[in-house]
Amino acid sequence: MNDRSLTYREAVREAIREALQRDPRVFLMGEDVGHYGGCFAVTRGLLEEFGPDRIRDTPLAESAFVGAGIGAALGGLRPIVEIMTCNFSLLAADQIMNTAATLLHMSGGQFNVPLVIRMATGGGKQLAAQHSHSLEGWYAHIPGLRILTPATITDARGMLGAALACPDPVLLFENQTLYNMEGTLPDPPPAVDLDSARIMRPGRHLSLLTYGASLWKCLAAAEQLATEGIEAEVVDLRTLRPLDDATLMDSVARTHRVLIVDEGWRSGGISAEISARIMEQRFYDLERPVARLCTAEVPIPYAQHLEEAALPQAGTIAATARTLVSTHD
Amino acid sequence: MIDFTMPSLGADMEAATLMAWKIAPGDTVHRGDVVAEVETDKGLIEIEVFHHGVVEELVAHIGQKLPVGAVLARLRETAPATTTPAPPAALPTTTPPAPVAAAPAPAPPADSPATSAASSTVPPAPAATHTRVSPLARKVAATLGIDLATVTGSGPGGAIERADVERAAAHAAAASASPQAADPASPATATTPAAAPDLSADHPDAATAMRRAIAAAVSKSNREIPHYHLATRIDMTRARAWLEAENARRPITDRLLPAAVLLAAVARALKDHPDLNAAWIGDSLVRRDAVHINFAIATRHGGLISPAVLDVQSKSVDAIMTALNDLIPRAKAGRLRSSELSEGTITVTSLGDLGVETVFGVIYPPQVALIGFGRLSEEPWAENGGLFVRPVIHATLAGDHRATDGRTGARFLESLNRLLQHPESL
Amino acid sequence: MTEADLKAAIIECLAPIAPEADPARLDPEANIRESLDIDSYDFLQFLIALSRRLGIEVPEADYARLASMKGLLAYLGARLQFPEKN
Repeated sequence: MNDRSLTYREAVREAIREALQRDPRVFLMGEDVGHYGGCFAVTRGLLEEFGPDRIRDTPLAESAFVGAGIGAALGGLRPIVEIMTCNFSLLAADQIMNTAATLLHMSGGQFNVPLVIRMATGGGKQLAAQHSHSLEGWYAHIPGLRILTPATITDARGMLGAALACPDPVLLFENQTLYNMEGTLPDPPPAVDLDSARIMRPGRHLSLLTYGASLWKCLAAAEQLATEGIEAEVVDLRTLRPLDDATLMDSVARTHRVLIVDEGWRSGGISAEISARIMEQRFYDLERPVARLCTAEVPIPYAQHLEEAALPQAGTIAATARTLVSTHD
Repeated sequence: MIDFTMPSLGADMEAATLMAWKIAPGDTVHRGDVVAEVETDKGLIEIEVFHHGVVEELVAHIGQKLPVGAVLARLRETAPATTTPAPPAALPTTTPPAPVAAAPAPAPPADSPATSAASSTVPPAPAATHTRVSPLARKVAATLGIDLATVTGSGPGGAIERADVERAAAHAAAASASPQAADPASPATATTPAAAPDLSADHPDAATAMRRAIAAAVSKSNREIPHYHLATRIDMTRARAWLEAENARRPITDRLLPAAVLLAAVARALKDHPDLNAAWIGDSLVRRDAVHINFAIATRHGGLISPAVLDVQSKSVDAIMTALNDLIPRAKAGRLRSSELSEGTITVTSLGDLGVETVFGVIYPPQVALIGFGRLSEEPWAENGGLFVRPVIHATLAGDHRATDGRTGARFLESLNRLLQHPESL
Repeated sequence: MTEADLKAAIIECLAPIAPEADPARLDPEANIRESLDIDSYDFLQFLIALSRRLGIEVPEADYARLASMKGLLAYLGARLQFPEKN
């Protein structure tokens, strides 16, 4: 098995290309995915390779093309719908929540909706509030959806195929700051599951529970903390719905101290959900109250220094972690 | 003022019901005195006090169900016992049964409330304020039987954390070894089983409750302890012959059971392998000096209870048998003392009575080892090129692999074997 | 002492050890330790009770002959008829 180097963007593109090659029922649609090559250049070259029937540019009408995707899925196809950023998914929120997530239930189990929606999420690229929010935790509230947050090259390459194999609607949130990240991938790419969190770095003093772009900030923080003798365990949630309670709780039981890092807002976010589950399941293993580091409760600012300050960063993660392990006399 | 709180009588206990007080306000109590009876899943347990002092106030009421850590009574500490381990003279070694409720006579003048101010040379104990304790520390303290009032916190705002409790536990373990050795086993016989109702037998749910308690303990064990298992066969020719000869010349009331010999051998073998007589606390091994062997006893309610035979390291085979004669009927009647449930340092389970050949045990946390004995039966035995029929017992060891390695366990079993070849020196 | 008296005495001695069982209904051939769930400690207590009740101390070597009600009646009956010196 040979490792090769590629970017997160290339990994996603390869995953789409492989899906199109493998299964004639798969097609891609979204704004600017064809001629323009994708707003984040993920789909560049695919129109030329697969033609306009399978790489379809859509009007700026999220509700319509997500609805079309649901119809196609019900009709036996395997659509991949790209929404430019998750902020715009709100225009299709009715289709996602009231139709895609409910049909299996409302049809008494007759109609699965095998739809995959990819969208960019997260801030950090100075795209301002309407292009920079993190709504994955919000969607994780909805039964009937599976919420994936690929943070690694391996998951960027592997999760799409696994999502297409899932009979129910899957939302993939690709953090826009990760597209240019380079990494290595074994050849052939490993299969991935959609159910488990992954311990990215073991440690015994505290658990950093996180996902998406914050994973890399946590790993950087852990590296810094290690030089100070603090061994942080970094756990990549990978899927926000369903949450892999077992892996998270095992980590808590080992370290007794928890910091949840989440680029969503704190109030009512996925960090609140995880914190509540720890209270329910592992209260008696806790040495300190569960800590959270989330995005400041403001629309993501445009100005670079303000945007940086609003988002969790490696420095603030390390600083918060230190307070969790310090002793006071 | 000291709060005397509901002790944890095992990792699985959450609460107990106060059934009787053995003390009254004004009584002087000494460490180790039985002061109350509580009913738990495991039956009626006599609770001992861990301080010297004068009873100031009985806080809990008879019939009240109280969680572990709840205040039962308040004591005023008396000076001599505060810091140093009490000299033997201060212990009730020769006194008859612990003061019982029938004797609420006022304590000697020196201890009366009027003169209590005179004893104020003792640094006043901190006022009973709400202490910040992490949930983990609370759990560890309950498991280890540590009174949180005695622990100093190092966390934010003085919060007590696990490390603080473990430090206190290590201190307590170091301090408790010597005074306990002087504790007589006999006061336990002071209460006659007939005097109090056998609650566990009367309660239809007692068996279920005990089942649940056992379930909690073994689940924790299997979840948290990576076990390793070792087994060996021990030639019991000499041990059996010695027992037969001993029993042949004893009246039936003084006869020895094989269990007494096996417990003696285990305790002697532990002397050379102290890492097995220990607790795994947090991330480290805490050795125990005294050998308190939890001995599995079948109750007639379908459960198995494992009270500790205390201080086996300093008991002869006869003394162990005496202790078993005291302990087993009380265990079966559901009348055990708190120390017998909370202070075990290792467990021995002998299922030979049931015809079982080999026992693969589940360790009782936070202990780190369990010794199993199967039935004594005749087996072919090859030795020096010859084949013999010998009485043989299968001895096993379940070890906590975090605490020790198989090598330690193997060497222990070899010591055990060697000791059982010389039963007369046990 | 008749065999009925002896049986009554045996049952009396078993009662406190296995209070929930009805030794009167025992299969005479059955192993009492198994059918009444009596461990070695309780068996010794049973023998001590018998020695108090009947004045017979059973040597350890004879334990095997006392496994069933039938065995108990035969062994103890014989010892009662031909008392040995103690």
